[in-house]
Amino acid sequence: MDSLITHSPALIVALPLLAAFAIPLINRAGPRVRDIFNLVIFGFIAFLVAILAVDVYSVGIHVYTFGATAAELALPGGYTVPVRIMFEVDGMSIFMGIIITTVTLAALIYSLQFLKGRTGQARFYSLMMLLYAGMMGLAFTGDMFNLFVFLEIASIAGAGLAAYRTNMADAIEGGFKYIVISAVSALLVLFAIGILYAQYNVLSIAALAHYMQYTTLDMMALGLLGGAFVMKLAGVPLHMWAPDTYTVAPAGTTPMILAASYTAMYALYRMTFSLYGGHIDTTAIGWIVIIVGVLSMFIGVMMAVHQTDIKRMMAYHAISQGGYMLLGLGVGLAVIADPVALANYGRDAMNGGIFHIINHVFYKALLFMTAEAIFFRIGIRDTNKMGGLARNMKWTTAFYIIGALAISGIPPLNGFASKLLIYESVLRFNPVLSVIAMFVSLVTLASFAKVFYSAFTGPPMPAYKEVKEVPKSMIIGMSILAVLIIFFGLFPGLIVNTIVAPATEALINQASYINAVMGALP
Amino acid sequence: MSVVDYGYAVWAPLIWIIALVVIGVMVLIWRSRGQKSYKKGTAQTDIFLSGAKVPPEEERHVKSENIYWGFFESLKELYGAMMRPHTGIVNDYLLWFVGVLAVTVAILVLAG
Repeated sequence: MDSLITHSPALIVALPLLAAFAIPLINRAGPRVRDIFNLVIFGFIAFLVAILAVDVYSVGIHVYTFGATAAELALPGGYTVPVRIMFEVDGMSIFMGIIITTVTLAALIYSLQFLKGRTGQARFYSLMMLLYAGMMGLAFTGDMFNLFVFLEIASIAGAGLAAYRTNMADAIEGGFKYIVISAVSALLVLFAIGILYAQYNVLSIAALAHYMQYTTLDMMALGLLGGAFVMKLAGVPLHMWAPDTYTVAPAGTTPMILAASYTAMYALYRMTFSLYGGHIDTTAIGWIVIIVGVLSMFIGVMMAVHQTDIKRMMAYHAISQGGYMLLGLGVGLAVIADPVALANYGRDAMNGGIFHIINHVFYKALLFMTAEAIFFRIGIRDTNKMGGLARNMKWTTAFYIIGALAISGIPPLNGFASKLLIYESVLRFNPVLSVIAMFVSLVTLASFAKVFYSAFTGPPMPAYKEVKEVPKSMIIGMSILAVLIIFFGLFPGLIVNTIVAPATEALINQASYINAVMGALP
Repeated sequence: MSVVDYGYAVWAPLIWIIALVVIGVMVLIWRSRGQKSYKKGTAQTDIFLSGAKVPPEEERHVKSENIYWGFFESLKELYGAMMRPHTGIVNDYLLWFVGVLAVTVAILVLAG
């Protein structure tokens, strides 16, 4: 068991990578064998994530060095800088790991019957595993170059999945836009890495943070990294690709592409907190993050309420909800250099922002799945042509209500718990920001009420009288997320103390991230 | 486990649910004391549109695009300004990217 825990970071990335290439071969034995293989391998990966999480929460940062005589040996004998490829899993990394794994598990189960009868299923599952490996690698990596590599893996797999339904012209367009913005973003990440490597001759994030001189070139690199990750996480005004891509991606994978966007948000946090830390003007950077957050919240929700395409509406809400996370973290970053403000409300704002990531991924994944459940049965996304679906799709309606109430911040669901943390703490920083956040929640509720009325209520439409509920595997996939939403809503204290607070601590405590690799070096 | 307490605010969902159930029971009791002469399926429940002909059931559903019409009408200018950059053309997305990068790098270099 100890050996399994030690090697779990490598296995969590290597197994889905191998599975991705094995799936086309296993598919030759039949779809049933392939589905069982997918579930068994992913069940084992989820188990590995669970034991790694227990290890990180009980022991501390888990460093895994590839090719070292002992996996935790970050510095080879006689060296003062790490030279090997390395994973560094702290509270924030494993928090992302839990999110990504849960969403992928729900998506995998949901897709079993969603894809029934479609062509190219083996490729679909291969890309799904690749996307998972890319996201987990990005969350775990301890060096800059592999951050770029995993970003590329996730981007290519995500674009392939977005364009999976090649019979739909807009799917190909959505996939194309995703790969264009991803490739340009990744290129700038690589350019920024080049700037840092040219100055310090190291790629390890911890070593770079240790030796960072905060030169003008370093600040330019931060600007490039920040811009690239804001583009990937669809922050306003770089959000325009997201509705085009999220709308067309198949049901199970939309939540995964959404999770990939939040992995980019994770990378942004890793850069600003762990790499650059508290030695730069964090107030200025914090305010940049806050402004992007507020713009995302407001423009996202105002565009969402205007939409008549159900998935496009949800995509704009994803942009809007991302704004809450940026707002919480931005406030934390703005006051990180002020210990009193950080203790009074900065840490709570960060807790709220981080808690909102997991809450949002769960309820937005559920909402995307309900939208695709409707598309699965009636073949349209236009809410103008919908009506009375609650009569025949009772489970889907119930899941939609749970997701809609959660995203609107209605108590006692999970969205309320994290939004309350953000409202209360941001109010102490700047009341205007808190009022904007509350207004956005109100418009969110109005937007989801509009879709609920037009799609689910009303008289039975003659065209949809024979519509049936979706198959069981799709219901199970949605149930997993619905149960988690309710559980997180009822026990927010448990979630905040167990997984959110360690993630916040991991970001704030830059020294422990550096020391886990660099030890007591001068 | 359930309570989030961070000094200046507390959120206890289980207490909130208990309060909601109590209020729900009170509402039901109040409702049970209401008018009992309501007869389902009679002329009492027919739709009355000031004497105009009531359209068939499937035509009565208000379309999504008509909901909140007044809200969108009053914010027409704001929506016009917000919609303009959403061209759907990937070249425009990248132009925004270049612009935002230039501003971000300039701010960071000046503030750094």
